[in-house]
Amino acid sequence: MKICIINGRVIDPASQLDIDHNIYIEDGKIVAIAEDLAGFDADVEIDAYNKIVCPGLVDLSARLREPGQEHTATIESETRAAVAGGITTLAVPPDTDPVIDNPAVVELIEDRAKKAGRTMVLTVGALTQKLNGELLAEMAALKAAGCVGVSNGVTEIKNTVVWRRALEYAATLDLTVFINAADPWLQKQGCVHEGTVSARLGLSGIPESAETIAVSRDLILIEQTGVRAHFHSLSTGKAVKLIREAQDRGLPVTADVSAHHLHLCEHDLGNYDSFSHVMPPLRGVRDREQLKQGLRDGVIQAVSSHHQPLDADAKLGPFAETTPGLSALETLLPLTLKLVEDDEISLHQAIASLTCQPAAILGIDAGQLKAGASADICIIDPDVQYDCLPSAFISAGKNSPFGGWLFQHQVSHTLFQGKVVYQREPN
Amino acid sequence: MPSNQLTESGQLRHFLTIEGLKRPLLTEIMDRAEQFSGISHRQVKKVPLLRGKTIINLFFENSTRTRSTFELAAKRLSADVMNFNINTSATSKGESLLDTLHNLEAMHTDMFVVRHDQSGAAEFIAQHVAPHVSVINAGDGCHAHPTQAMLDMFTIRRHKQDFANLRVAIIGDILHSRVARSQIQALATLGVGEIRVIGPQTLLPRESQTLGVHVYHDMASGLEGVDVVITLRLQLERMQGALLPSAREYFRCYGLTEEKLKYAKPDAIVMHPGPINRGVEIASSVADGPQSVILEQVTHGIAIRMAVMSMALASQSEQAEIE
Repeated sequence: MKICIINGRVIDPASQLDIDHNIYIEDGKIVAIAEDLAGFDADVEIDAYNKIVCPGLVDLSARLREPGQEHTATIESETRAAVAGGITTLAVPPDTDPVIDNPAVVELIEDRAKKAGRTMVLTVGALTQKLNGELLAEMAALKAAGCVGVSNGVTEIKNTVVWRRALEYAATLDLTVFINAADPWLQKQGCVHEGTVSARLGLSGIPESAETIAVSRDLILIEQTGVRAHFHSLSTGKAVKLIREAQDRGLPVTADVSAHHLHLCEHDLGNYDSFSHVMPPLRGVRDREQLKQGLRDGVIQAVSSHHQPLDADAKLGPFAETTPGLSALETLLPLTLKLVEDDEISLHQAIASLTCQPAAILGIDAGQLKAGASADICIIDPDVQYDCLPSAFISAGKNSPFGGWLFQHQVSHTLFQGKVVYQREPN
Repeated sequence: MPSNQLTESGQLRHFLTIEGLKRPLLTEIMDRAEQFSGISHRQVKKVPLLRGKTIINLFFENSTRTRSTFELAAKRLSADVMNFNINTSATSKGESLLDTLHNLEAMHTDMFVVRHDQSGAAEFIAQHVAPHVSVINAGDGCHAHPTQAMLDMFTIRRHKQDFANLRVAIIGDILHSRVARSQIQALATLGVGEIRVIGPQTLLPRESQTLGVHVYHDMASGLEGVDVVITLRLQLERMQGALLPSAREYFRCYGLTEEKLKYAKPDAIVMHPGPINRGVEIASSVADGPQSVILEQVTHGIAIRMAVMSMALASQSEQAEIE
């Protein structure tokens, strides 16, 4: 199968490419990015006139609910949603049921993903067995099975000795540790940011120190153990500052932010809107601005979905009793590019934070357009005005606080390994 | 801001929170309560205003006093009342809050009086009831207790002439108090000159000042020149969360004694939403003393609840006539 994407604006941040060229694809790989390729006889031509052609998106954290919660969502349903959002590579955290703490679970997920066949699904293995925070998981076996890193998910390892040993062991195996930094006691106490809104609504608050204490502690242990670490979903300005200082000291530390934390703040809770119930919580306006600044400065290298599909009942109830999380695969791209529309970051920065930079964090060869690379490509229509409509999401989870938001950037095609896996229906 | 507690013409449809209500409406509630308060002194303590209406007291959290005053208020208005006490552990065993609600709604209920241990529960229920049903918030988590706040305002109005010149101090656990939040909003809406909160930092919300209050940590300066002293009930389980060392130490610092009351104006009134913990937040000599209006508050509670219930159901009938 030979495909040619013509007339598009090709942007590849990794190679600083921004040019009106064609992309020639054969046998699942990019053959050339050029004005013309003599002798290439395309079976399919995709006209990308007035569109952006960029690498398929790489998402650092998305929960697909399989295995364990197939009644909520499946690898089949969520990979369909992913490609509708332009995502061709995603990493799943280890907190499935059973936990990704042995090669069998890795194989199961890979097998299902291969069957679905539309996006690369990578696994992050568990740091401790069953994520119990007590006994180390068999990380060497997990690495051999294909895990791109290790993590304890959102379950904190409370025992500092275990935490230190886990980091040392991961460092020995040259595995990146993915961290959701939260002090378990301060975090567990509340359901929203501790600030003006929690004071008004009478909801128990999570102070910013829940994040800064954990980040500070972790940075000290990272320095001591020499492990390579990545912080997931920063929510506070002070944590950005801590990471910045650590990077300046030369620590091997990276970070991501969720797209929703770049757009929402505590005030979006409105009148107990359970769709805005997320963890870490939506923080203050100043935090949101500092997260954007961190993204601009490169302290934060990636924007991630932190996708958590939920069934409708999970959001029906008094606020604190609802389940935190949002369905985010299909809003990752329009929300990140909204920052470009608002002149917050450049188009190249936005695309880099969704492609080559997260790929570098995962240590994988993806998120780039170059001859010889797998043809994982996202074609974006940059000028469609449309309302975000969660009920029309392809994801099994319709839980999104962005219903009614006006978006401008929309995925028109997604190619995975040289195959068109998503094509938007004409309006 | 709750959008749906008022009808299009600005009448009470639900009564969920004081936030967002205008001064004339609060005044109307108090004026209405004034009319109803006479009824309790009559031989026949009943008016036929809500005859044929069904009111369900839906209490997900234990309460004898508040439930009783709501029940009495409904009965004095001639409504049919049913009490449902549902402990939340039972609902978590399977039936969701919405299931419970829709089941009771199917019995052609006109009004739910709801108490729940979660902030925002009354608002949630109001969003999901049928359009002809009113919801009165009888306390949701740490969020709001609007009828309590209104009976407190009513009590203050009976003793003090003008809200504008008043200085009011609220003492104790503001952080977990739905009563305090509603009181602060009501006092602010009625134009009270100065609202103070007094307590240790562990019992005050972070960013308290954004609620429109002045924050004090000691009784001497906090009570100085105050016209109305409100002490809050200290839930004894607060001793377990590292919020306070002991009830004894709390009483030492923040317990309202005759001595500390002297910092306030000589004609200051002392209020408490009840039930009181004698010797914890208030000394018996003050609770039973000449400045205490605590029992009056209880009496006024019935009139205020009659006022709110009749106003909400009247707006519903109006709505029905229009349709």
